[in-house]
Amino acid sequence: MSYTVQEVLETIRMVETEHLDIRTVTMGIHLDDCRADTLSATKARIRDKILRYADRLVPTVKNIEREIGIPVVNKRISVTPIAHAIPGLDEEGYIEIAVQLDSIASELGVDFLGGFSALVHKGMTPSARMLIAAIPSALSVTTRVCSSVSVASTKAGINMDAVYLMGRTIKQAAEQTADRSGLGAAKLVVFCNPVEDNPFMAGAFHGFGEPDAVINVGVSGPGVVLSALKNLGEDVDFGTIAETIKRTAFKITRVGELVGRKAASELGVAFGIIDLSLAPTNAMGDSVAQILEAMGLERCGTHGTTAALALLNDAVKKGGAMATSYPGGLSGAFIPVSEDNGMIAAVEAGALSLSKLEAMTCVCSVGLDMIAVPGDTTAETLAGLIADEMAIGMINKKTTAVRVIPVPGAKPGEMAEFGGLLGRAPVMEMVPFSSSGFAKRGGRIPAPIQSLTN
Amino acid sequence: MEQRALITVVGIDRIGIISRVTGTLAENRVNIEDIRQTIVGEFFTMMLVADLKQSLCSLQELQNRLDEVGSEIGVKITVQSEELFRSMHRI
Repeated sequence: MSYTVQEVLETIRMVETEHLDIRTVTMGIHLDDCRADTLSATKARIRDKILRYADRLVPTVKNIEREIGIPVVNKRISVTPIAHAIPGLDEEGYIEIAVQLDSIASELGVDFLGGFSALVHKGMTPSARMLIAAIPSALSVTTRVCSSVSVASTKAGINMDAVYLMGRTIKQAAEQTADRSGLGAAKLVVFCNPVEDNPFMAGAFHGFGEPDAVINVGVSGPGVVLSALKNLGEDVDFGTIAETIKRTAFKITRVGELVGRKAASELGVAFGIIDLSLAPTNAMGDSVAQILEAMGLERCGTHGTTAALALLNDAVKKGGAMATSYPGGLSGAFIPVSEDNGMIAAVEAGALSLSKLEAMTCVCSVGLDMIAVPGDTTAETLAGLIADEMAIGMINKKTTAVRVIPVPGAKPGEMAEFGGLLGRAPVMEMVPFSSSGFAKRGGRIPAPIQSLTN
Repeated sequence: MEQRALITVVGIDRIGIISRVTGTLAENRVNIEDIRQTIVGEFFTMMLVADLKQSLCSLQELQNRLDEVGSEIGVKITVQSEELFRSMHRI
């Protein structure tokens, strides 16, 4: 088979100057057969099981990186939601499990391990309550463990008791890591309609319908899309823009498919899904916000931004769906603030507000992501913010999430640093009126009529 | 070893680039199936499709050896499995 010089150079340019990478290869592993009579026996079983599947994960993926010449930024593990896989522990017990998971992740050299999670969208088991109580401490004493809690779904409605509890839990997670700008809250996601095969942290967990172990892949490549759009010039219409994004998404998804299949076959586990995503990083030009601006918006956040994002998100899905037979996960454009230089600049310029971000989450994955808010934001205000985002997911039958960091001691306009892939975020202003009466009411917001699909 | 690789060489033009690269491939019993060369801007650009079936070394060892050659003669040599290009550019 022969290739043109242009094709080969295009691929090399995508990697060298446009930051094409595979964002993550995530191995999902069931832990629901690891519960033993004692805590120490349970911990030993967890270690044995994870090592059995994942001991070669990092070296295998590194080999693939070198062979095809595309970087895989993160190697990760997700496990069955711990509250359900390992039931019946107390708060201390769950913290010990988190520490054990952290040490396994560190031993294997994986960047993050997700699944310190509970699903409580319709109600809470005692185990789930204990796990949620353990989250702030667990996230402060570990570095690689990520946590998520599902508090709403289209089928169940919104568990408002859990929403308020998560408002308080986020506050505690931030306060217990005050010396690190509230980093604990950056590793904690609140979900509506979470997916079971999501390779992206902090919301990754290994769902109940999954095989014993599976490889899921998240692709990236905002830089490649941005560069393709810039090459189009300013006078092409939206049809041409959509077509260009589709073609580009196709190519980057094919790379993900190749990496995923190779990794799965070499590790001897099932291949799961490709998450067709545009996930930004703090590298120059690797920004979703800048893609929106390339469509003719002076700054991300101005009028027209939601429409531009809707076009982008849809075109990525269309191009990607053609490239892989198993799309899944969250699949769409991500709009975290702290991980996207264009978003950070838009917030600093006063173009992008929290309410515009909320509107944008209606047309993309995944939600209010990596947003820093003032440290004196109350748990009740956070609960109001979470409830709004959960309502968007519930009514629109989509996944939405909230990953918000009330940075201890920080005021609006200050910059919070989280380091690494989590980046830095300007502290955004909250609406100064109370949601307290609303948050404290409790109970469950009933499932909407959209849930009656049978 | 059943494997084909695409090798690209990019850098400032000078005498002997092709000879050094192809010489290294021959030493390692790597067969060249296709070779194209052009000047893009002021850069020497060469692309080879190489067959590693009879190769004495793995793709990664080959990459290491070509890295050494590349740094000696001032060009960037990339070795990538053909699978990448096939999946990206051929449906």
